[in-house]
Amino acid sequence: MMKRLIVTTLFWCALPASAAEPDGMGPLRGTGDLGLAVERASGSVVLLDTTLRRAIGRIDGLGDLSHASAVFSRDARYAYVFGRDGGLTKLDLLTGRVVKRIVQSGNAIGGAISQDGRTIAVANYTPGGVRVFDSQTLELIADIPTDSKVVGIEDAPGNRFVFSLWDKGEIWIADLSENPRAPRITRYTDIGQQPYDALVSPDGRWYIAGLYGENGLAVLDLWAPEKGVRRVLPDYGRGQERLPVYKMPHLETWAVVGNLAFIPGVGQHEVVIVDLDRWTQVGAIAVAGQPVFVMAEPTGRRLWVNFAFPHYDTVQVIDVPGRQIVHTLKPGKAVLHMEFTPRGEQVWLSVRDADRVDIYDTATFRKLGELPAASPSGIFFSARAHRIGL
Amino acid sequence: MTRFVRQECGFCHGLRLTGGLGAPLTAEAMRDRPIEYLEAVIQHGIPGTAMPGWVPHLTPRQVHWIAERLREGFPP
Ligand code: HEC
Repeated sequence: MMKRLIVTTLFWCALPASAAEPDGMGPLRGTGDLGLAVERASGSVVLLDTTLRRAIGRIDGLGDLSHASAVFSRDARYAYVFGRDGGLTKLDLLTGRVVKRIVQSGNAIGGAISQDGRTIAVANYTPGGVRVFDSQTLELIADIPTDSKVVGIEDAPGNRFVFSLWDKGEIWIADLSENPRAPRITRYTDIGQQPYDALVSPDGRWYIAGLYGENGLAVLDLWAPEKGVRRVLPDYGRGQERLPVYKMPHLETWAVVGNLAFIPGVGQHEVVIVDLDRWTQVGAIAVAGQPVFVMAEPTGRRLWVNFAFPHYDTVQVIDVPGRQIVHTLKPGKAVLHMEFTPRGEQVWLSVRDADRVDIYDTATFRKLGELPAASPSGIFFSARAHRIGL
Repeated sequence: MTRFVRQECGFCHGLRLTGGLGAPLTAEAMRDRPIEYLEAVIQHGIPGTAMPGWVPHLTPRQVHWIAERLREGFPP
């Protein structure tokens, strides 16, 4: 209760509800330094100002936010939050209000916004498929049933959405460039068993799906999709021992530095280094647990890694040129997510069981501050609006 | 323990245990599952699927407690 009061108070003094309305009731401001943290257990989000390093509001009533994620409109004013229960909520970062909320399926896993910013696609588990919405009105404009749980949905250049089918081992491209109401579908079958997550490389060229059911990765060259899906890194995966995996590693934020990608080992206590020119593993760095996110600072100099149960109280920092751990932090139990400020001078961590978001200086590893947030998970800054594949 | 299940199992089964990558663990889905089956699944996982075994991290008593709660509808 106390926390809620504090945040609400901050909200009212730092950002009057009408702050950005052109009726002169509040100061004008931009949104490039704003963001949100998902409060996974209470179905709410905290709005964040990364310049003030403060919470500037809270929005309740967003449903089941376990495994929730968010994307941003191309003007970086609106956030679209994807909930587990199929909820899709459009939030206004400036007024701190819900613009519109729909429940578009029974069970969803995430979504993406198109290159032109006009459509939002949501990946659904039940009923399995992808639904496409108008980003302005959240009106349903296309429905793509897949008869399978859909994972790893990403936006790609050319107003395409690319996604994988967990139950069927397929990758599909939905091309909305001609008519968003009738997406052109390209199907790739037999891409491997149980793709569980995917990413699009920051240049928009590669769609890479991780496989849970077998070793290896499935790779699609979006510059030459007619060449089909290739299987690479035959040794990458759970290996012979098939260690239990308590939390699926996330691929969406693969750290790509130069021609190297740094990816979480599946079930292994290591970060795997992949040469993207040759698609071969060129090394591995031993770390404290099973990595969940391996995220590169925007400069590419260092990687920040968090871990699955039971090592989820730890974060390790890896120096990229030296390929070694240079710092270990213990922020507390259940560090679920990390997000860098756009130019990388700070990293914000959600520490679930401590009900905190912690802010660290990436140069000195010094803690700069902390904010109360109830059971926080994903942290998303508006700078994502301008990046492909997030 | 309630929190542990909601949070850790919730990654795959959803915070409300209504299903995600893992199957729904609602009372409806669990009611007719034998207690021994549930205990075995929680302890050893389901080979060939993403369901991991929790043996090193949960005692048999804790596993039994979770299995019973699942059958009657897991408490909030
Ligand atoms: C890494 C993901 C993951 C985690 C974490 C996880 N599960 Fe599962 N679980 C699964 C998957 C996937 C299945 C379904 C397997 C299948 O395809 O039949 C499953 C199946 C089950 C089943 C059998 C359901 C049925 O209908 O028979 C039970 C019971 C279960 N899990 C309990 C738990 C409990 C309790 C926990 C926490 C201690 C847990 N799971 C954590 C992935 C997970």
